[in-house]
Amino acid sequence: MTTFLRDTVTVFSRELAPVLRQPVGLLIEMGQPLLFLFLFGVLLDGAVGSSWQWFVPGILVMMCLTGPMSAGYTLLVELIGGSMERLLVTPLNRTAMLVGRTMKALVTFLVQAVLIIVLALPLGFELHAAGVLAGLAQLMALGVGLGALSFALAVKSAPDGTLFYIVSQSVLFPLLLLSGVLLPLDSAPGWLDVLGHVNPVTYVVEAQRALFSGDLTAPSVLYGTVAACLVAAAGLYTGNAAMRRGVTA
Amino acid sequence: MISTRGLTRVFTVKKETVEAVRGIDLDVEAGQLVAFLGPNGAGKSTTLRMLTTLLPPTSGTATVAGHDVARDPGGVRARIGYVGQKNSAGENHRVRDELVTQGRCYGLSHREAAGRADELLDLLDLAPLATRTPATLSGGQRRRLDIALGLVHRPALLFLDEPSTGLDPKSRAEIWGHILALRQVYGTTLFLTTHYLEEADTMAERVVIIDGGRIIADGTAGELKNDLAGDHITITTATEQDARAAVRVGGGAAEGVTVRLRVANAAAALPEYLRTLESAGVKALTAETSRPTLDDVFLTLTGRSLTDDDLPA
Repeated sequence: MTTFLRDTVTVFSRELAPVLRQPVGLLIEMGQPLLFLFLFGVLLDGAVGSSWQWFVPGILVMMCLTGPMSAGYTLLVELIGGSMERLLVTPLNRTAMLVGRTMKALVTFLVQAVLIIVLALPLGFELHAAGVLAGLAQLMALGVGLGALSFALAVKSAPDGTLFYIVSQSVLFPLLLLSGVLLPLDSAPGWLDVLGHVNPVTYVVEAQRALFSGDLTAPSVLYGTVAACLVAAAGLYTGNAAMRRGVTA
Repeated sequence: MISTRGLTRVFTVKKETVEAVRGIDLDVEAGQLVAFLGPNGAGKSTTLRMLTTLLPPTSGTATVAGHDVARDPGGVRARIGYVGQKNSAGENHRVRDELVTQGRCYGLSHREAAGRADELLDLLDLAPLATRTPATLSGGQRRRLDIALGLVHRPALLFLDEPSTGLDPKSRAEIWGHILALRQVYGTTLFLTTHYLEEADTMAERVVIIDGGRIIADGTAGELKNDLAGDHITITTATEQDARAAVRVGGGAAEGVTVRLRVANAAAALPEYLRTLESAGVKALTAETSRPTLDDVFLTLTGRSLTDDDLPA
């Protein structure tokens, strides 16, 4: 166990070092959500009730989807190059390789989420501290699951990586658009509404909106938590299996 | 240091079974420098990947640095160093950071790992590059970093997969300088693959030739050449008729006005050969002797030239 902890810290520090050396990178990575927040959010202002309470959680869910995907992409690049192979020849714990990377993805997500919230405050976003904390905890569960899934996908896609691009492009955007992150699904035609409600992300988005409005007891919070935990469980199972089978095949 | 018995690896590619490595028996003593030579697809890298625990064997056993690769991969990993075909450092990471991380991977404390990283930066002339990222390094510098990463835990056995491929002659010479120094100073056992024949020839004290997943020759470069290829005498004559006459008298094979024949010791055989031709009335215009190359050895063994199908992977 102590070896596992030490190895997790080793992997986590390795992944975090480039961020600490160049923190500006975090902001550049946030370019898209920031644009959405300022350009799109302003447009929505007034269109969907208290728009910031509605829009900020959506942006956070969006970041929580793209962040772990980029963690998988980083792993893929290392699998295609020689650096992952080099690490695999060391006694470094295999599970720690994934856990450390996931932790780095979560930490960067948290920092970016806090930044978004702080930037939204002057725009009129109301801070419900308990709800925001619960919301972030839920998003972290989702992030762990998605991170593990994207690691498994990266392992499966090496050495050429095509599969990764195909899946991440064809899954990520529909998941996002069908979750009502950017526009409400309320006025969607029946079939779209059905598709939206098969999408686990939709439940998380609805839960986030309830939580960020300070409503901790709404039924959607429960559904969202269940959805996030299911994604986490599926991700951890798949990711661990991919690691066991070896990232070297 | 390495001992394998019946080491085999089978891949299933699109429902077709490919035997990449077919029953390799190999023993390497501590302190040896072994070059593993063969055309692409011969099974060099697959063998190396099994020996370094990256790939489980389909059957057979391999004991590396005293530990079984299948039963105790952790024991093997702690004791071997590996320099892969591709560059080992992560693109987003600084040179020194990666060396420190590598030390941490082997269980060194942060302070120990940092000390070791600085030692290696000096040893491989990388100190001025410590804060750079790999993308800003030259091919030779990157390769030196790869070797530094493989040496962090002072392994007694170092595997190198094509250490000098793709480098200019000067960088290749530098890399070899470092590799040979390692051996001299630390007595490191070195097991490397290469497709540069002259490298295997001049640097390795033992050459193992693999083809079609099997070891087809094993010995010092000198032994292999004497036993399997022999020296050559090449003469040219004024006419093709003379060349054919020379073949009738002295053997060998003619090609135009050139006659080539294989002998055990060309320098000693040449004067006698020329006298024989002379007395048969055949006049040689030029005569030269040549030592065989490892490619001649491979040609004798397989009927193919190593350089023919040795396309880049």
